[in-house]
Amino acid sequence: MEKLQNDPTATPQGLTGKASAALGRRVFMRYLGATAAAGVVLSACHDQIVDPTVATGSARAGEAIDLGDIGSKDVNVLNYAYALEQLEAAFYTQVIKTPYAGINGYEMAILSDIRDHEIAHRELFKAALGAAAIPGLTPNFSSINFGSRASVLGTARVFEAIGVSAYNGAGKYITTPDYLLLAGKIVSVEARHTAIISELVNPQTTSFAGDDIVAAASGLGEARTPEEVLTLVRPFVLEIINGKNGRRA
Amino acid sequence: MNLQNILTEIEKVDADVFERLDHVSRRHVFHNFLKKALTGVAPVAFGAILNKAYAQSSVVTDVLNFALTLEYLEAEFYNRGLASPNLITGMEGWNTFQQIAKHENAHVALLKSALGGAAISKPNFDFSAKGAYPDTFSNYRTFMALAQAFEDTGVRAYKGQAGNLISAPDILTVALQIHSVEAMHAAKVRYLGGSRGWIMGAAGSPSAVYSGEDVRVEGGVDVVNLTGLGVDQVTGAFDEPLTKEQVLAIATPFLA
Repeated sequence: MEKLQNDPTATPQGLTGKASAALGRRVFMRYLGATAAAGVVLSACHDQIVDPTVATGSARAGEAIDLGDIGSKDVNVLNYAYALEQLEAAFYTQVIKTPYAGINGYEMAILSDIRDHEIAHRELFKAALGAAAIPGLTPNFSSINFGSRASVLGTARVFEAIGVSAYNGAGKYITTPDYLLLAGKIVSVEARHTAIISELVNPQTTSFAGDDIVAAASGLGEARTPEEVLTLVRPFVLEIINGKNGRRA
Repeated sequence: MNLQNILTEIEKVDADVFERLDHVSRRHVFHNFLKKALTGVAPVAFGAILNKAYAQSSVVTDVLNFALTLEYLEAEFYNRGLASPNLITGMEGWNTFQQIAKHENAHVALLKSALGGAAISKPNFDFSAKGAYPDTFSNYRTFMALAQAFEDTGVRAYKGQAGNLISAPDILTVALQIHSVEAMHAAKVRYLGGSRGWIMGAAGSPSAVYSGEDVRVEGGVDVVNLTGLGVDQVTGAFDEPLTKEQVLAIATPFLA
């Protein structure tokens, strides 16, 4: 059992430098900080990331959720993915519940599809993990202005890109071929989301696979370590999610 | 990208790796590749390392050559499309296909450098598929339809090979990084052609490209029953793999 890391703001060790690249904390701030005040007020106790009609275990604000060493067991990788899918599903559920000003039918259809994809991912991980699943997390979307198209779509693009980079970075920790395949089945759909959201944000440009998310010289998409990813998503969850980068022998 | 285990992994398939990587310490390799990978320098160092170290691993070499074949096909397809007068219309089309071509050519260079002397040569391609598509480079609709087929095939092909790289984690990571970019391309090309960015059911042409995309059972669980979501939504949420044989069957008509 890993020792809990009690300080959620502790600087992760061994960053590759990618964290400060295109989609770091500052990008979040650009979309979120400036426009948050007018947003939808969420009540934490009614916005569990899991289906609120289902018992969610003991998660609550401020509680630490420890994913352990993400490379040491497949179940830890699955829980890591489950945490990310919970966050994404909750985000799009809110987007559809309280659509931004001026949303059109096409955007509504796209975002509804994406919401359903994330719910499918979330529920599959939950079912696969069974009793080993981490509890339902509580989102903290207070920094997002759900009334603003720019805030919602800008945030969506960042969430999707982080999701893709998380799967890309964690794939090598998976030791069971079936789980690796499942991650592969999901990550390409997250990448499809990234492209289409990018299209809505920056129509008719190269943004769908832009130089900010695909290295121009190598044509490689992003990969992030679990610690980098958790640092980026921690502000959006009331629980404190801890996890360590894998150390496969 | 965390590459600190790359040599350990290489050692598993090639016990003599440290002898053959003369004058190169672990840290040095790790550090150099990391810098190059993250700053986007042409990945020659990566190739040199992998070529030396994995030369004995036929599984990894086979996967990379298989990937290289697909990337050769895609790169040439887009290069020829971009060079065809009056084919691509509008700024959106140019932005789309120039960006995709840039990535496919980079993938070719990356895989070739990784394989070194083991890299297969570029095959000759016939983008009419023996006459089935006589207007590939003169009819934009045909070009876009084939682009979609190639990209969706690429996504499924990389996915089908992931398991063969499970013992080479850092190669797997690179493959995943290519795979996700192919999926971005696929979504955009689908969007350009008026489709959703994701594959719903097994709809699409040629049908072999979409065979098996309509499964609703994942990891033994019927996700439609599990969630109550629609079949289109559930099948859209998961991209399915193709076997090497299925991919070669799709690609073979395009080989001259």
